[in-house]
Amino acid sequence: MKKFISVLLVAVMTAALLTGCGKDSSSNQVVVYNWGEYIDPDVITMFEEETGIKVVYEEFETNEIMYPKVEAGASQYDVLCPSDYMISKLIENDMLKEINFDNVPNFKNIGKQYVDMSKDFDPENKFSVPYCWGTVGILYNKTMVSEPIDSWSVLWDEQYENNILMQDSVRDAFMVAEKLLGYSMNSTDQKELEECRDILVNQKPLVQAYVVDQVRDKMIGDEAAIGVIYSGEAIYTQRENDNLEYVIPKEGTNVWIDSWVIPKNSKNPENAEKWIDFMCRPDIALKNFEYITYSTPNDAAKELIEEEDIKNSEIAFPDLTKYNNLETYVYLGEEADEVYNTLWKDVKSE
Amino acid sequence: MMKFLKKFYIVLIFIFLYAPILTLIVLSFNQSKTRAKWGGFTTKWYGSLFRNDQIMSALYTTIVIALLSSLIATVLGTMASIAINSMNRRMRSVYLGVTNIPMLNADIVTGISLMLLFIASGLSMGFGTVLLSHITFNIPYVILSVMPKLKQTNQSVYEAALDLGASHLHAFFKVVFPDIIPGVLSGFLLAFTMSLDDFIITHFTKGPGLDTLSTKIYTEVKKGIKPEMYSLSTIMFVSVLVLLIVVNYIPSKGNKNN
Repeated sequence: MKKFISVLLVAVMTAALLTGCGKDSSSNQVVVYNWGEYIDPDVITMFEEETGIKVVYEEFETNEIMYPKVEAGASQYDVLCPSDYMISKLIENDMLKEINFDNVPNFKNIGKQYVDMSKDFDPENKFSVPYCWGTVGILYNKTMVSEPIDSWSVLWDEQYENNILMQDSVRDAFMVAEKLLGYSMNSTDQKELEECRDILVNQKPLVQAYVVDQVRDKMIGDEAAIGVIYSGEAIYTQRENDNLEYVIPKEGTNVWIDSWVIPKNSKNPENAEKWIDFMCRPDIALKNFEYITYSTPNDAAKELIEEEDIKNSEIAFPDLTKYNNLETYVYLGEEADEVYNTLWKDVKSE
Repeated sequence: MMKFLKKFYIVLIFIFLYAPILTLIVLSFNQSKTRAKWGGFTTKWYGSLFRNDQIMSALYTTIVIALLSSLIATVLGTMASIAINSMNRRMRSVYLGVTNIPMLNADIVTGISLMLLFIASGLSMGFGTVLLSHITFNIPYVILSVMPKLKQTNQSVYEAALDLGASHLHAFFKVVFPDIIPGVLSGFLLAFTMSLDDFIITHFTKGPGLDTLSTKIYTEVKKGIKPEMYSLSTIMFVSVLVLLIVVNYIPSKGNKNN
């Protein structure tokens, strides 16, 4: 009997504990899930003061980490900021809500070319509002190369042996090879991809390191001559080291876009739309641009930039019409992902 | 020659152990934001650290969770150890095995299973779920450090206390507990540090808007870790160092008085 009572007691206690920490979702809030360090913190305070909506802010480090947390439904996010290919995956798996653009009047500030480019992953522009964008290109140290660079082929040039930094991510590495060979970077053709693998294997002896965010520090510290880098980082590195130059290779490259989307299980979609609208306001977009240094798709905000050389910077705001071979990543499906990953493993383990 | 080699070996070990921390401390005084360039000496990161609300609230959450979870785990773990200690041999080894498994289990498995459990029981992720998970993975460490001390105690002393008229509780606190205090303390400290630097389990069980230091630092990967984090780590390292010196110094003084 005594045993029975103690078991019962434990059961009651656990139940009490469990119900105790459940449900606390207050109505007037918006749960934001964004990249780390991807907003000026003042902007959050301003939003709260102007709208009276409480912001619950969470950050993720990669698209791949964000996805399972949203999919599991453990926390109900109201607005997310994933990248292009992840948005197409979310759309494909029916996890996004259509945005009511009547509630986002500031959407008119977003440049038409970015809206058009979004069609690659959001064909009818129903689900996403661009937030940041950029290109992938080559960052090189003027004092360490013999001639100006304009092609991906320089990454296979033997005179730069041990002076080359490659991106350590499947899609970015294959993008370089695919563009150099003239294929689409969303190719799923086994033969094309195997060809890419072979040239990446050939390149391997020349590469100093496969890195992600260390490109920045290594290039600033003159530790390498050439690196594959995101344009947003290029502006920052140039400020720290005058000898660095960024170029979009003539074979074309990846244009990436991070956009706001509303997940289907959002509890406060109206607040999410208010948030998105706030982010599209020119003064706010400008504040964020100055904090993040990643290019803003907000044309009205671009006009507000005071520093002429940033406003006309070829890095921050390249004239995309000059290139006819730019693409954004799209989600290729699990099977193709598998192919990419296997081939990338071949390269890395060679 | 032998002596030189010995010294050389020790120095080498110290370099391996402390060079990374030293680098971090030096960088926390670097004027420039990038590790690749020395921009001059500054203490500005220490100032901006305390003005950064996000880092401060992450620090607060980290410490509250570490303290609460290790305290609760210490109480529960000590109680469990006493129960396990009084079991017969077979049951004891079964129970010890069961409590050891979570410790050997990979963090990622624990994290994901806790997340799934919380979702299944309809909890919304937040402070409560993180605290529950930290208590969960802390308990085995407490048991691990209390059990050996408990085994050393003499069962007859406890029985003698009962014979002399003490109640069970009274006998425990007067006779058994003083003997196992070192084990309980080291269990508490172990649990505290485990909770302090856990990343994976926290990552899976935390809700929006809640960050501990480890998850906060990890989200900064894309844009580069802020120098404020270097200064915070420096402060934490120095505090632990001071604490250790004090802890090690005081007992030797006490012994002298005795």
